[in-house]
Amino acid sequence: MNRFIGFVKKEFYHIFRDKRSLFILFGMPIAQILLFGFAITNEINNVDVAILDHSKDATTEEIINKIAASKYFNINQIIEKESDIETVFKKGKVKAVLNFEKDFSKNLIKDHKATIQIITDATDPNTANTISNFVNAILQKYQKQLNEKITITYQIVPESRMVYNPELKSVYMFVPGVMTIILMLVSAMMTSISITREKELGTMEILLVSPLKPIQVIVGKVFPYIFLSIINAIIIVVLSVFIFKMPVQGSLFLLAMVSILFIISALALGILISTISATQQTAMMISLMGLMLPVILLSGFIFPISSMPIPLQIISNIIPAKWFIIIIKGIMLKGVGIQFIWKETLILLGMTLFFMALSVKKYKIRLE
Amino acid sequence: MSNSKVIQVEALTKMFGDFTAVNAITFDVEKGEIFGFLGANGAGKTTAMKMLIGISIPTSGAAKVAGFDVFTNAEDIKKNIGYMSQKFALYDDLTVRENITFFGGIYGLSRKRIKEKSNALIEELGLEEVANKLVGALPLGWKQKLSFSVALIHDPKIVFLDEPTGGVDPITRRQFWEMIYKAANQGTTVFVTTHYMDEAEYCDRVSIMVDGKIEALDTPKNLKAQFNAANMNDVFLKLARG
Repeated sequence: MNRFIGFVKKEFYHIFRDKRSLFILFGMPIAQILLFGFAITNEINNVDVAILDHSKDATTEEIINKIAASKYFNINQIIEKESDIETVFKKGKVKAVLNFEKDFSKNLIKDHKATIQIITDATDPNTANTISNFVNAILQKYQKQLNEKITITYQIVPESRMVYNPELKSVYMFVPGVMTIILMLVSAMMTSISITREKELGTMEILLVSPLKPIQVIVGKVFPYIFLSIINAIIIVVLSVFIFKMPVQGSLFLLAMVSILFIISALALGILISTISATQQTAMMISLMGLMLPVILLSGFIFPISSMPIPLQIISNIIPAKWFIIIIKGIMLKGVGIQFIWKETLILLGMTLFFMALSVKKYKIRLE
Repeated sequence: MSNSKVIQVEALTKMFGDFTAVNAITFDVEKGEIFGFLGANGAGKTTAMKMLIGISIPTSGAAKVAGFDVFTNAEDIKKNIGYMSQKFALYDDLTVRENITFFGGIYGLSRKRIKEKSNALIEELGLEEVANKLVGALPLGWKQKLSFSVALIHDPKIVFLDEPTGGVDPITRRQFWEMIYKAANQGTTVFVTTHYMDEAEYCDRVSIMVDGKIEALDTPKNLKAQFNAANMNDVFLKLARG
């Protein structure tokens, strides 16, 4: 036990004396969470729109006022003719133009039908879609108001409700993803680098000739990173709760347990990488290319898995991060208990055990 | 088998697939002896040494190190030997004292013992001024001496030195050999591989490996007589060129 404590102490010296790794360890999670939280956002807020009103009557004015009053839109300018539409888009001043047809009120009263055209700048398709939906929602509401006194039979009014993230805050989506990336990065990359560093320096040989058992060496190497990863997970959760008002609906204990499980799976991957790489550079490249990219691209963090081609959907199943993201989204946003996520947790556990067995086996072969 | 033999090797062989890296070598090393293990690069020195220090399992043959069998008691061997590699592997980002404490710790020394040892060692090497400085800042010669002392921290029966003097200047090499003599005088057996033929002259006995076999084994004096050579360098060249 004394040997183990001495070993772990030495590892902490390594970590705290290397400013670069210290920066990666603690700077990275904070920087990423703030970047993703503040800079990258799918929400729309104060989107500039232009109005082309051919009728200029009471109804159009009322609608325009409603648009202007919503916090999502800001009426940037009023244009007078069709040909101006393209000009304003080209200038990039507005993201959408609302085009009211001639005699809007009259048509509405006479034919019970009036047309408004919503033209959006779809160079950014997500935003265009959202804008169009939001304008529709405002129009629906107005229509309902008009119809209040009249009873129309057989009317189907679709009312969609976004649950678990009613305001469509993108930070809700990024926090689980960023947490996954950080834990993967810290656990797998840092351990694989720190083990290969001992190989490169020749100290690994000394350790193997010493009475320390290989398993003690490995556990001693990864133990500090389990500890640091847990601290990182706490930093991420605290930042997202207090700065971005991210809810943690479910049990914190469950969240901690699955996070530790995921950390251990990443550590096992890190050990595995260290057994196949001779230098720190190789270890870093393998960690980045072999782990980070799949985690970012195939875990469902940014791109929904259900819209991927079938082969990629199948591949995504072997990525532990995919299951971890499903689990923590469930716990944080939906507040589910273990009874709803036991399947994913079991898969993650299975993967962890598999990676651990594989890395121990690989490590033994290398000793030969 | 007499008690004074701390290393006994009999027809020890290591094969990697079809390639025989070490071919049935046989030799003994006496307690307190400085045993030189010579050979060209690729002759099988390192492989042979790895089997003796318990990190590589022999294909066939028999060997006992410090009284323990390399096949069955590798863990006991590890407790009784010290090892210093050609890289003087200490941790550059740990201080002199921290390095000593760490290596003392992994060999299971008590905290009190480590403290005594560190103080004695630092005084002996004259490192008082730099005891709390990072090892990375020390000159190579100092690192080498510290590395040797660290290999001896648990008072091993045998210390294995793998090309310990690579890249250091002749004066430091000389001082280093004085340390080796001192350790041998105190009863520690020294098993050393080297490239420097002048160092071979310092050894009590020398073995020379060629292509996985021990081609010569005797005192430097006898070897020179046997091969009718002026110095060990000539002995080595005559053997290596076949």
